[in-house]
Parts: sequence; C-alpha cells; structure tokens
Amino acid sequence: MKQITLKHWFLLPFLLVLCLIVNISLGSVDIPLNEILGILGGEKSSEEVWTSIIWDFRMTKALTCILAGGALSVAGLLMQTLFRNALAGPDVLGLSSGASLAVSLIIMGESAGIRLLADPSPWTIVGAASAGCGIVFFLVVLISKKLRDETSLLIIGLMIGATAASLVSVMQFLSSADDQQMFLIWTFGSLGGLNWTEIIILAAVLLVGILMALYLLKPLNAWMLGDHYATSLGVNVRVSRFLIISSACLLTGAVTAFCGPIAFVGLAVPHLTRLLFKTHDQKTLIPAVVLAGAILMLCCDILAQLPGSTHVLPINAITALIGAPVVISIIMQAKRVAV
Amino acid sequence: MSHPLPLLNATDLSIGYGNHILLSGLGLELLPGQLVCFMGPNGVGKSTLIRTLAGLQKPVTGEIRFSNGDTRSVSVVLTDRFTSAYMTVYELVAFGRYPYLGWNLKLSDEDKKTINRSLQQVNISSLANTKLHELSDGQMQLTMIARALAQDTSVILLDEPTAHLDLNNRLEIMNLLREVSHSMNKAVLVATHELDLALQTADEIWLAGRNNELLRGIPEDLILNGAFDRIFKLKGFDLRTGQVAHSVSREDTVHLLGSGFEYRWTKNAIERIGYPLTEENARFSVVIRRDVDGTLVWDVGNTHSFTTIGSLLAHLRQDQTGKTIQ
Repeated sequence: MKQITLKHWFLLPFLLVLCLIVNISLGSVDIPLNEILGILGGEKSSEEVWTSIIWDFRMTKALTCILAGGALSVAGLLMQTLFRNALAGPDVLGLSSGASLAVSLIIMGESAGIRLLADPSPWTIVGAASAGCGIVFFLVVLISKKLRDETSLLIIGLMIGATAASLVSVMQFLSSADDQQMFLIWTFGSLGGLNWTEIIILAAVLLVGILMALYLLKPLNAWMLGDHYATSLGVNVRVSRFLIISSACLLTGAVTAFCGPIAFVGLAVPHLTRLLFKTHDQKTLIPAVVLAGAILMLCCDILAQLPGSTHVLPINAITALIGAPVVISIIMQAKRVAV
Repeated sequence: MSHPLPLLNATDLSIGYGNHILLSGLGLELLPGQLVCFMGPNGVGKSTLIRTLAGLQKPVTGEIRFSNGDTRSVSVVLTDRFTSAYMTVYELVAFGRYPYLGWNLKLSDEDKKTINRSLQQVNISSLANTKLHELSDGQMQLTMIARALAQDTSVILLDEPTAHLDLNNRLEIMNLLREVSHSMNKAVLVATHELDLALQTADEIWLAGRNNELLRGIPEDLILNGAFDRIFKLKGFDLRTGQVAHSVSREDTVHLLGSGFEYRWTKNAIERIGYPLTEENARFSVVIRRDVDGTLVWDVGNTHSFTTIGSLLAHLRQDQTGKTIQ
C-alpha cells in the first residue's frame, strides 16, 4: 500500500515535467527540441525570436496551465469535501456564473442598452470577472451564516448560478451579434495571453489557497464523519465552513478572472486522484490534486493546439471532450467512487 | 469510602429545540466506573439528550459541568452515518486523537500507542487495515467504540450502539461497555431500546417518561416499583419473571416433574400452547429424565415416551379431552 503511494509520488512530478516540455515544444512555429532545452537553460538561441516565443508566449501559457489546473483542482476537492458530494466542483456555488454575468455586462452592456463606465478591455474584463465572483461569494457567505446544513447551501449555490445564467441569456438576446461573439469567446476560456505580472498574481493566489487548505486539514478530514462527529473532535464547524468556502472561492475566482470559466478540471481531478491514491486523507490529496490538475491542464492544452496544425481549439471544448471519456473509463474500471 | 465526584453534572437542564421542550428539570450526574442505560419510548428525546450532553446542541435551559472543567472530556458514538470507500479501521480510530493533534495531523508515538490499545480493547486489532465498507454492522460499531476510546475521555456517550445488531453482537457490545466503565473508571451512558440487556448490564437506569420527566434508579428497583410498566406500557412481557406472559387457554392441566434448563424450557413450551401447570389432579403427568446414554426423554404417564419437546407437544395436543377456553 505504502509502496504504491510512493510510486505515484515519483510518477506525478515526472509526468508534470514531461507534459511541460511537450507543451512548450508545440506551437505554430517549429523550434527544435535541443534549441528549446537550450533556451530554457539560459543559452543564447540561434534565432533571437525563438527566445521570445519560448519565454513570453509558450512558457507563460504553460505556467498558466499549471497554476489554473492546480487551483481549480484544489477548489474542486474543497467543494467535494465540504458538500460530501461527488458532483460538486469549483463552480458549484455559482462563482463562474457570477463572473459570466459581470463580464457579459461589460461586453454586451452597451448594445443591450445598459451604459457602463468601463469599455471592454482585458483589464476591465478581469476586473469585472473578479467583482462578479466576489459578489456571489459574498452572497454565499451571507446565506451560509443562516443555514445549518450543506445541502441547502449547495442548492442555493446552484440557484444563484441559474439566476446569473438566465440574466446572461437575456443580455445575449438583447445585444448585437459582434458582442455576442466576443462574449462567447470569453466563455470558451483562454490560457494564453497572460503577462508575467498576471502569472505572479495567479501563483500567489494558488499559494495562499493551498496554504489555507493545508491549514484546514483537520476540519477537512473530520468533515467526512459529519458535523456532529467533527464538532465532538474539537472542530469549529462554522468557522471552518467559512474558511473552506473562502479559499475555494479565492482559487476559482482568480482563475475565472484571468482565464475565463474553465469547466470540468476541478470536478474530474479530485476523483482521478482519489482513485489513484486510494485514500480519503486530505494530507495526501491536496498536494496530489495540485500536481494532477496541472498535468491534466497541460495535456488538454497540448491537445487544444491540434498538433500539426496552426489552429487552436478553445480550452473548454477540450477539457470535457478528452477528459470525460477518460473519467468514464476509469470509473467503469474502478466500479465505485466516493468522496 | 467517600462518595466519588461525578464526572458530569447537569442541574435544572431542559432539552429540546426552541419552544419544543422534550425533557425538563433534569438533574443528572454520571459517576466514574458506572454504566448508565438511558431508556424511554421513541421520540422521548434520547438522542437529543446525548447530543446536548456532548455539547453538540445547546440546552434550552440549565448547565452541564464536567469535573475537570473540560468539555473535551466527552467522546460520542452517534447514529450518524458516513461513507468512505478508502478509509480503514485504523484511520477511523485515529480520528479519536484529533483533539490532541496540530494542524498537520502528525500522530506521535504516544498517539499510536493509544490507538493500538483501543483496537486491542475492543478486540479488532486484526481488522486494523480493513476498509470500513468491508466490515459487518457489529464490527463497524466496535470500530466506532474504539474511536471513542482513543479519544481518551472520562465520559463516553453512546446513542443506540446496538441497533440493527444480532443478539451476540448486542451482548458483546454491552459487555464491552460495562468492562470499559468498570475497569477504566469511565462514565458510560448508553441510550438504548434493549430492555433485557440494559436490565442485566446497567449500574443505573435513566427512564424518560411521557411527562417531560426522567426517573433514575438501579434496574431492580425500577422493575419492582413498576416504573418500567408505567412508561413502556408493556404488553404481555412480565419484567418480574423476565418472560412473556402466557395466557391459559385449555381446561386440561399438566403436572411437570424435572429440573434445570430442561424443566424451564419444557414449562415454557407447555404454557405457550395454553396448558396451565398444576401440582395435583392433572390430566397429564410429564416426567423429564435422562436415558442411560445421557439423552433427554419426556415420559407421559407410563405409556408414552418422547425424545423432543416437539413430539411431546404434538401428543398433548392430540390427546386432549377438554375443550379450549375461548
């Protein structure tokens, strides 16, 4: 048992490095592998532009994959644990829907007849998405203070999401075709286009989120036995619930703001990781989902680049398209899953 | 010998939810080395009292105090269910150490010793690496008790720990709890429906009735003063003999001669089919004896012999003269 786990701890980092190299070596411009390794090693490249391509485009995108995949997976794990529900994901509290609504107001507001101060630009979109997540988070925390059980909170989260989604539909109905197109592209999710400042922000958020999750190890593990047992083991259920929701929202919110609403990864990775490590222990699962999430996201991005082609597919189309059959086949083999 | 100090002490306690008060004016104490069984009809507030004493729910009024002033000194076994595909017995028992662990949940050697000792105490050391979903109901309940023991508290509260278990498992658990309270000087409170087991194992019984009140006493006193009959409104179970009462439904009588267990169970069988036992002038005379090879034989008069109670009953039914009483 211990040996299997140890094997996984070597396997995951190895896969991560492998995926990172493959990810960086692919793109519309063909750069030989030895040149890439040279550039990463700090050597001068034979072509000046290659250095720029590797560091400013491919590396930033690969790092975004790693950070976003890790962050969404931790958020998904936290939500599945909090709700003791295998179907929970980072989006279950309606965070992405809140972000979508805010972004749709920015992009489609004008043609829908709502005059906003901000014009669509990358930073206003990031700002709007953050604000949208923030408002939903605030609502959820306010409601969770009134509610005693998680199931009600789960349903209310879904309702908030549905409300926001229908408001987005109304906006789409009222707005022009160009704006609709622009909004649609945002909902596809995008891992490229982040500069180093944004990546540092994302990395800082992921670090804070992971540290919070690790600090919450005891409540997260005790959570599985139910509120009563957790309380009898000295866990402050109310404070822990607030902190769990906060860290999940922080992680999801940051990723949604920078990369758009990326689906599926946060739901699937915790399941795959549990099946791999065969444990409920968050002490193992939290670092493991960070690695597994990063790997899955890099793989999805590799596939999105359509090897051998100059087209790039939207990341959201790939995550579920490739991920769903994988998850289905793994679950079919394992016969059962549990939170 | 001085009176031992109670480990848990509640005065003027009312429990329930908001305006819905289940039990009120309770004065309770749990003494070290005592197994207390808490009984009462369904819905009387057994689980609520357990949760309130465990600090999982606020009392409506009143106060609960612990001898060492430490609320941590209670561990619980509840009816709450949970599932985990991967959790092992050892991992579940280790949860008992959580109140003593830091954020990184690192078990010290002392913690591991306590966990192993708890597993040994309930005789499930061999199951340590078994997954929870592979356990029987009885083994699961033993694991939950081991978890409570690992928490190393002076008071253990259990809510229906023997529900859904067969007789053997029920006995094992009640005996274990008795052993734990007596040998480790802990106070153990068990909310239970098992009247017969409670009467034979409890040092004290708390009996919750219909009028928000709670009677306390040793089992034998509560039987003789009829408290059980009043509260449970027993239908045909005679607590004083510990048996189901049989009504006489036949005119014929039986004179039974014998001793020991065979006498007790023959009597039970004959009475069950409605014959009253008499000392003289009986229609049948049944003598229980052992044959030369040690097998039991039931003689009816000098004419018939049977080797099972079943065949004896068949004969009694067939050979009756009297009518059944309606």
